[in-house]
Amino acid sequence: MDSVIFLMLRRMRAPLIVLIAIYAISMLGLALIPGVDANGRPAPPMSFFHAFYFVSYTATTIGFGEIPSAFSDAQRMWTVLCIYLTVVGWTYSIVTLLGLLQDKGFQAAFAKIRFARSVRRLGEPFYLICGCGETGTLIGSALDRIGTRFVVLELSEHRVQELDLLEWRADAPALAGDAREPELLKLAGLLHPKCRGVLAVTSNEEANLAVAIAVRLLRPNVPVLARARSDSVSANMASFGTDHIINPFRRFADQLALAVRAPDVFRLEQLLTGIPDEPAPEPHRPPRGDWIVCGYGRFGHAIVAALDSEAQPVTLITPEPLTLPDRRCITGVGTEAEPLVAAGVRTAVGIVAGTDNDVNNLSIAVTARELNPSIFVVMRQNHASNSALFDAFVGDFALVPSRLIAQECIATLTTPLLSEFLGRVRLQENHWAAEVIAQLESVCPGQVPDIRGITLNISEARAAYLHLMADAPLVLADAMRDNTDRDIRLPLVPLMLRRDQSVILMPPAHTLLKAGDALLIAGPRTALTRLKLSLQNANAFDYVLHGRSAPGGWIWRARAARKARPR
Amino acid sequence: MNLEKVVFGFFIVLAATMNFGFFIGDIDNPVHHHVFELFVTIVVNLIATVLKFGDRTQIGAIHLATSLVADLQLIAAAIYWAYSVHVSGVGMTPGVTASVVSLAAGAMLANVVSVVILIAETVMMRR
Repeated sequence: MDSVIFLMLRRMRAPLIVLIAIYAISMLGLALIPGVDANGRPAPPMSFFHAFYFVSYTATTIGFGEIPSAFSDAQRMWTVLCIYLTVVGWTYSIVTLLGLLQDKGFQAAFAKIRFARSVRRLGEPFYLICGCGETGTLIGSALDRIGTRFVVLELSEHRVQELDLLEWRADAPALAGDAREPELLKLAGLLHPKCRGVLAVTSNEEANLAVAIAVRLLRPNVPVLARARSDSVSANMASFGTDHIINPFRRFADQLALAVRAPDVFRLEQLLTGIPDEPAPEPHRPPRGDWIVCGYGRFGHAIVAALDSEAQPVTLITPEPLTLPDRRCITGVGTEAEPLVAAGVRTAVGIVAGTDNDVNNLSIAVTARELNPSIFVVMRQNHASNSALFDAFVGDFALVPSRLIAQECIATLTTPLLSEFLGRVRLQENHWAAEVIAQLESVCPGQVPDIRGITLNISEARAAYLHLMADAPLVLADAMRDNTDRDIRLPLVPLMLRRDQSVILMPPAHTLLKAGDALLIAGPRTALTRLKLSLQNANAFDYVLHGRSAPGGWIWRARAARKARPR
Repeated sequence: MNLEKVVFGFFIVLAATMNFGFFIGDIDNPVHHHVFELFVTIVVNLIATVLKFGDRTQIGAIHLATSLVADLQLIAAAIYWAYSVHVSGVGMTPGVTASVVSLAAGAMLANVVSVVILIAETVMMRR
C-alpha cells in the first residue's frame, strides 16, 4: 500500500504546489484590495477568512456570488483573474490525477496490493498454483469443484484476465508475475499459515525448479508438487526433497507399461486418480506383441524404456537416421505409408504416435489405421485445445500431459492416503483389481468416484473418536450406515485402512476400528459427506449406532439422564 | 549545486523564519502579530509540506511529520482567529491573541526541528 501512496504523493507534488500558490495569490489580492459599502464609500478590504471562503467557492466553480457584500470594481477585476487562475490550477491537478490512475505501473502496483490483501484475508486452507496455463486451469477447476480455495500466480497478464471469465464458484486471487521471484511467492501467501501446498506447474521447468527451491527454503514444511520434463531437472528437484515430482512423459510411459502388464490394475488406477464426477475413463487393453514408436524424443525414450521393461519388441521410426544396437530403426516420417510398412505396421499390434506435433501425430494414427484396421493406437496430444480433433479420431489411448499432471496433483493433494494405496495396488494381481473395479462400479456407475481419507481423531471424527476412547467397540459396517435411515448401507467402498505402520487393503465390513485409524474410502460425494457427518456429530453417530434419536439441548439431555438413572 | 535542493531548503527555512516573525512580540498584544504574517506562514508551510511528499527515507518521513505538525498548529491558530473575529465576535482580545500566538509558537518548534533535520542531513552528506 505504501508504494502506491508514495507514488501518488510524488506525482501530485507539482499540481498541489501550483494549487496552493494560486489560492495564496488570490486570497492575498482580496485581502489587500479595498471594497465598497452600500453608499459607495470605500470600505476596508476582506478579511482572510472571507477571502478564503470566496476563493473556495469560486475556484470549485460553485459561485455563490459576491458575498458578504457587493464588490468594488477593483475587487471584481481581481476576481476575474482569480477565476481563470483557479480553473487552470484545478484542471491541472485533476488531469495529473487521472493520468496517474491510468498509468500502467500504477495499476500494476494497485493490482498487487489488492491481490496481497485478498490473499492475506483468506481464512481457509488454500493451495498456491504457480502457472495457470492448461494444467493450472484444470487443477484450479477441480479444486474449485471440491470447494478448496487456491491462489494463482501466472506469468502472462492476458491469461490472468481470462481467468476472471472462468465460472469458478469461489473467487481465486490471481496475479500476473514471475513465480521465480521469491517476493511474489511471499505475496501470494507462501508464508500464510493456511497455505497447504504449492503446485509448480508452469510450462517452464526451470521456473518450477526455482519455485520448488524457494518453497523448500522459505517454508520447509509445506509440500511442493512440481512438474518436470527432463530427467536432470527431476533429479535436481528430488535432491532437495521436492515432495512430488511429476514428469508426464515418464508417468504416461509407466502407465502404458502397466496397462500392457495388468490392464485392470491400470484401469483401477485411472478410476481412482480421475477427476471426481467426470465420466469413468474408457477401459484400455493394449495388446502384447510388436510395437512401433514414431518419434524418439523425451517421450519416445520413456515409452521405449517402458515397453522394453515389459519385453515387448519395439521398432522405431525417426526422421534422422539412427543406429542403435539391438533395435530396428526405420528412417522416415510416420505420416507416410512407406516407412510404416517398412516398420511392419501390417503385423504390429500397436503404434505410438509420439512426435511433438499434434497434426503429425493424427496423420500417423490415421495412416496406420488404414494400413492395419486392428492396430492399437497410442497418441500424444500436445495441446488440450486440439481435443476436438483427437476426440473425432477414436484412438485407443491418448496422453494429454496437462490432464495427466492435473489428475495426479489433485489425487495427491486432496487425499495423501491415495498415493500410498496406489503404490500398493501396482503390486497386486490383475484379478484383484478387477474385483475392486466391480465394487466401485456398483456404487458409482459410469462415474469417477470421489475419494476421501478420514482419520479417526478428535478433529476429523469427533463422535467416533470419543466413542472409541471410551473403549466401546465400533465395527466398520456400523459406521457406514446411512444417518437418515440406518437400515440402509451407504454406497461406499473402503479401500484401505492404516493403523500405525500396518496397512489393510480392502478392509472387510466386520473390521473393528480403533482410535487413530486412517481410512481411505471411495464413493459418491453425498454418501461420503453423510459418513463424515455421522462420524463427527454425536447425535448422528448415536442414531447410526443404536437407532435412537438423542435429545439435543442440555435440558433434554439432563432429563434423559435422570430418566435413565435407576431409582 | 542543485536547484531542487535550493528550493527545498528555501521553503523550509522561510517557513521557520516567517513563523518566527509572526511569533515575536508581546504574546497578548494583537498589534505585534499581523494577520498577513500568519497567512504567509501558512502558505509557505503548506508548500514546504508538499515538497516533502514522496520521500521514502526515514529522514524524509520525519521531515514530513514535522511539517504536518506545523500545518496542523498554524491552521488551528487561523481557525481560532477567524472564529473569534467573525463567529463569536469577541475580536482580538489579549486572551485570544495569546492562544493564537502560542499555537503558532508550537508550529515554530516543529519548524525548528525541520530546519535542524535539514542541517543534519546536509552535514551527513558532506558534499
